Amino acid sequence: MTVRRWTRTSKLFTGGTGVVALLLAIVPLVFGPDIVQKTTTLLILILLAAMWNALAGYGGLLSVGQQAFIGLGAYGTVFFAGLDIPPYLAMVLALVVAGSLSIPISLFALRLRAAQFAIGMWVIAEVASIAVRLDQNLGAGTGISLSQLYQYDPNYRQAYTFWLALAFTVVFLAAIFFLLRSPLGASLQAIRDDEDAARSLGVRVAARKRLLFVLAGFGCAAAGVLIVANTLFIEPGSVFSVQWSAYMIFMVLVGGLGTFEGPILGAILLFAIQTTFTQGGPWYLVGLGATAALFALVLPRGLWGTIEERLGLRLLPVGYQVVEKKK
Amino acid sequence: MTVANAILQGIFLGAFYAVLACGLSLMFGVMRIINLAHGDIAVFGAYVVLVVVQSTGLSPLLAFLVALPAMIALGYVLQLTVLQRALKGGILTPLLATFGLSIVIQNLLLLQFSPDVHSLGASAGALTTESWNLFGSITIPALGLVVLAVAVVVFGALHLFLSRTRPGWRMRATAEDPDAAELIGIDSRNVYATATAIAVAIAGLGGLFLAIRSVFDPVSGPTQLIFAFEAVVIGGMGSLWGTLMGGLALGVAQTLGAQLNPEYAVLSGHLLFLAVLILRFGGVRLARFGARA
Repeated sequence: MTVRRWTRTSKLFTGGTGVVALLLAIVPLVFGPDIVQKTTTLLILILLAAMWNALAGYGGLLSVGQQAFIGLGAYGTVFFAGLDIPPYLAMVLALVVAGSLSIPISLFALRLRAAQFAIGMWVIAEVASIAVRLDQNLGAGTGISLSQLYQYDPNYRQAYTFWLALAFTVVFLAAIFFLLRSPLGASLQAIRDDEDAARSLGVRVAARKRLLFVLAGFGCAAAGVLIVANTLFIEPGSVFSVQWSAYMIFMVLVGGLGTFEGPILGAILLFAIQTTFTQGGPWYLVGLGATAALFALVLPRGLWGTIEERLGLRLLPVGYQVVEKKK
Repeated sequence: MTVANAILQGIFLGAFYAVLACGLSLMFGVMRIINLAHGDIAVFGAYVVLVVVQSTGLSPLLAFLVALPAMIALGYVLQLTVLQRALKGGILTPLLATFGLSIVIQNLLLLQFSPDVHSLGASAGALTTESWNLFGSITIPALGLVVLAVAVVVFGALHLFLSRTRPGWRMRATAEDPDAAELIGIDSRNVYATATAIAVAIAGLGGLFLAIRSVFDPVSGPTQLIFAFEAVVIGGMGSLWGTLMGGLALGVAQTLGAQLNPEYAVLSGHLLFLAVLILRFGGVRLARFGARA
């Protein structure tokens, strides 16, 4: 018996992923603004799914309120840009400030269990949404545009936003990838598999969960920044909407909760569904909700988790495999 | 006196939240799960009553009695198809499954009834318009009194059911320890289905009050869920009478906040909820006597 991490497939695939990320960087140079904007949306979905999976898949923290950080990141960008800070610097500032808010929030949110945490986070998102609605300078309930971005030529603006989205997505995904492969990651995966057992083995569960919560806070804030940069207009009703949580839950559950590759697969699926059913509408959402519930009940490890289990396939290895030693 | 009046109106409003929260609290007490579709089920109940009122011309209160069997049946089906299976999964499965269900219910309602806003206020007639004045500045609305009385009756009846009847004992035994209860011959599936049926029926009652006292549309559910959950947590999770008190506290917080600025109403309720969570992470037990439900 031997323990291995890399296989030929996973080496090829991990290398391939790096190449894809590099190739994606030239998308704005090759394609028109429509495709660039759509690909930006896909990157935002991948980022969101990966963050929600970090929370729920590894930390066992089911949040229905990550839209708090999405909204704060988006509105933070508008706020800082309004202070005559260059818009792209404002985005970075908003990411840092909105993401950092996850630290004080974690102090009490992480003491809550299951439903208390889920709905507690939702209420925090509602409070943030009401606070924005009460502020006339942020457009109150009617929304506000990031007009400072209009100074750039639309093609350049779209390209900058795309590169920012690519950079954020790569950085956060790489952070999770290397985090999970580090000794720390072993403890995270132990928490995912059995929290009590992990605790009894001396894993500092609370500290690990805080790490994931703050990471997800920053990641969702980054997504919020990208959303306002991509759409140029936000309103509290949509950017703080619980619909974001619904999308995240769908992507992660269908892709595979607690797997690294699953959320990416889930995001691509959701993106494909969204581009096919462009009208959206209630039937499309009925389908999303029913699919998420079905996966939770019938296939809790999602598509990727099931594939992994059946085929022993690891494409982006974050764990180890025990294999028979070849003669 | 305006403050005294605000507190009184808060109690009437809070009685409504307590009715909304009652089923949520019962299901948590018995099965340790929170049904994230609870608010949408209440709104579904409001639509069922609306359909009965529109097709028969009955008053909303009578129409609710017609709708009641449908709600009870829905509760049984919900338990046997979705929740029973979700209970076997991990701690997150019931939350995930009911969140998906919530989206399904909202959008099915949207398909059937369009996004238009409805109200049963007009069909309820004098119930919504009648009110009495005390000392000039204190108003007692008829609807508020009725909701408060119904809330006390519902919680009282549930308390008696749990403390005095055999099915109630079985429910409490299953809540304490389902495996031990199975050993003495209690069918937990049956108990859980009964609890969910009761919870869904009371949620429908909450939906009826929502429809009479204000307006509703297909996506009103999540807000009702948040209010109901806040009432449960403020009162202390696992305590039925605590939920009644929690609902009243939430109502009073909202009307007092509205005294400062109408836009602060919902916000002050949220802040009370978060304050309670911060003070006592398990939830403050405002009241705890009689049956543990």
